[in-house]
Amino acid sequence: MSTIKSPADLKKRKAEFLEKMNRKEKIRVRVHLGTSGQASGAKEIFDFIRLELEKRNIEANVISTGDLGYSFAEPTLEVTLPGKNPVVYGNVDKLKADEIIEKYIKNGEYVDGILPVNYQVIN
Amino acid sequence: MAKEKMQIMVCGGTTCSGKHGEMVYDNLKLELEANALENEVNVVRTGCFGLCKSGPVVKVMPGEVIYTGVKPDDAKDIVSSHIMKGKIVERLLFTDPESKKPLTTEKDLSSQKKQIRIVLRNCGIIDPENIDEAIARDAYEALGKVLTEMKPLDVIKIIKDSGLRGRGGGGFSTGLKWEIAYKNKADEKYVVCNADEGDPGAFMDRSVLEGDPHAVLEAMAICGYSIEAHKGLIYIRAEYPLAVARLKTAIKQAREYGLLGKNIIGTGFDFDIDIRYGAGAFVCGEETALIHSMEGLRGEPTVKPPFPAEAGFMGKPTNVNNVETFACISPIILKGSEWFASIGTAKSKGTKVFALAGKINNVGLIEVPMGTTLREVIYEIGGGIRNGKKFKAAQTGGPSGGCLTEKHLDTPIDFDNLIAAGSMMGSGGLIVMDEDDCMVSVAKFFLDFTVEESCGKCAPCRIGNKRLHELLEHITKGKGVPADLVRLKNMCHVIKDTSLCGLGQSSPNPVLSTLENFREEYEAHVTTKKCPAGQCKDLMEYFIIEGNCVGCTACARVCPVGAITGERKEPHVINPAICIKCGACMEKCKFDAIIIR
Repeated sequence: MSTIKSPADLKKRKAEFLEKMNRKEKIRVRVHLGTSGQASGAKEIFDFIRLELEKRNIEANVISTGDLGYSFAEPTLEVTLPGKNPVVYGNVDKLKADEIIEKYIKNGEYVDGILPVNYQVIN
Repeated sequence: MAKEKMQIMVCGGTTCSGKHGEMVYDNLKLELEANALENEVNVVRTGCFGLCKSGPVVKVMPGEVIYTGVKPDDAKDIVSSHIMKGKIVERLLFTDPESKKPLTTEKDLSSQKKQIRIVLRNCGIIDPENIDEAIARDAYEALGKVLTEMKPLDVIKIIKDSGLRGRGGGGFSTGLKWEIAYKNKADEKYVVCNADEGDPGAFMDRSVLEGDPHAVLEAMAICGYSIEAHKGLIYIRAEYPLAVARLKTAIKQAREYGLLGKNIIGTGFDFDIDIRYGAGAFVCGEETALIHSMEGLRGEPTVKPPFPAEAGFMGKPTNVNNVETFACISPIILKGSEWFASIGTAKSKGTKVFALAGKINNVGLIEVPMGTTLREVIYEIGGGIRNGKKFKAAQTGGPSGGCLTEKHLDTPIDFDNLIAAGSMMGSGGLIVMDEDDCMVSVAKFFLDFTVEESCGKCAPCRIGNKRLHELLEHITKGKGVPADLVRLKNMCHVIKDTSLCGLGQSSPNPVLSTLENFREEYEAHVTTKKCPAGQCKDLMEYFIIEGNCVGCTACARVCPVGAITGERKEPHVINPAICIKCGACMEKCKFDAIIIR
């Protein structure tokens, strides 16, 4: 990757990445894998989701991120369906993860345990 | 694509549930069934929307329409009008208190929410190991702006005007700190990020480093440009392996992109960052001790002045800021000092991240504007006290802070109000205690920590805290006398007045503040030798109320030491000389016959 040579270059890089992300139209799953996430078993959920999506032939991008700060509801994960706002689920065990795949990821049908955005975002 | 299925979300947060939110959920389900729509429309319970004042909250999708103050009877209208006819129920929309206009969607209502995420803006949202995702959310844009459009003093002015104060605990003006470091000319200067997060219960720095490391790297480079330094160091504890790993990845990627290293963003400015590991000593959060530790010396504080801004790392001018402080920098540059200064109170600007811990329902990280009250934090965002118990106190500032009590519930939390209340902001740990907590034991717990963590350099801290701890130990064991309370207080003041660094100067705070706010509890321990909260084992006694005991023998059978005797169907007695106070009998008794006294 070449280095960024000017602020305009940085803007270009940003635009390119955003465009690439939007173009993909892929299902995105982010498992919150910070220290508190890992302590509550998020790694297991991360592996489970990866494996099960593959088994069930669902093409998706599964990534790990830092914690959201919802320690009381960990493990947490976020699902973004193409063209939709991200939805965060809390207290996800394997059973819940399975339900999320079957209902939400496959059919867009919400399941219990959603953690709405309870804060103002600045950008 | 087929028409999107309608879905209803009902807030299941503590506040909404308390206002009949559960009945709203049930009624919506019943109403849908009555109209044979139960298979067409999906109803789910969610966590808190952050709109607790206007609860219960119901959200209808598609359209993200938010209804507030929904009563169980309103389920009928929502189904018959919105669900069946697609007509929004206007009367249940939230009315903007300023414009008096109804707000419909979740986005419109965003500004009504108590929390604002500035520091945590990207945590849990971006992949911290992919710099592109950070850039997509404006990372390094502020650095580009600073390097091409601004002079060092312009940056310092913006930070000064924003009113940002150090988030590590002291609350010193960040802009002023940068200015001092700028004015001290030298051939080499350093920018240090203090990531030695040591307060028990506080973990916001770790979360930021794990979730959004670029926010810190970028801000350090901005600081470097402003004070004319070319070298940055992150002092992080080795107990944070994940944060360290992600920081390393982030530094590597930033270098590859030309955002760190030589000739940053093609502007000719050089700045690079290295990591230094701490071994997890609390005192190394103090900046002079931190610098000594980085130099390979013992982590012991030295007298200020000279301040690090004059002679810090390797004797060169050094600017030390906390992780959370750095995380505020880029948004301030991009959005301006007025924006930042518009959030918060007169003298404390912006937001503060708190780590909620203890007897509270929603433990975790929250970020609220300065000036939010303790009541809002505990009862709205925190979801209230666990198991419906009564709030007793909240410890802020960790082992250096003090406790806030019921009378402080409506005090706006900011740097100065906390100090006036006998506590301090500290790094933002907030430990909540309920009616079952013994405040003498709480003070002892924090002293345990300080005694362990005192570096031992100066006598007041090394010996004084040890003696304080012994006195507290005596009191909780029932060996205290009323004169001990006077001795406690005197000793606290001596330690505070004569210790070398912040650790010793603040370590008696938990004792002083509990003594001030819960004097009657201390008195009970030393006069009647009772612990009102029933926590101090040596001061309590399990006792069987004769009238309630039916002689079922359940307690005698469960007692591991055979302290309970009595005939079948006759009241039993506990022999206090044998009892080890394990509480097993009390758990077993079905007749509430066993009490602690």
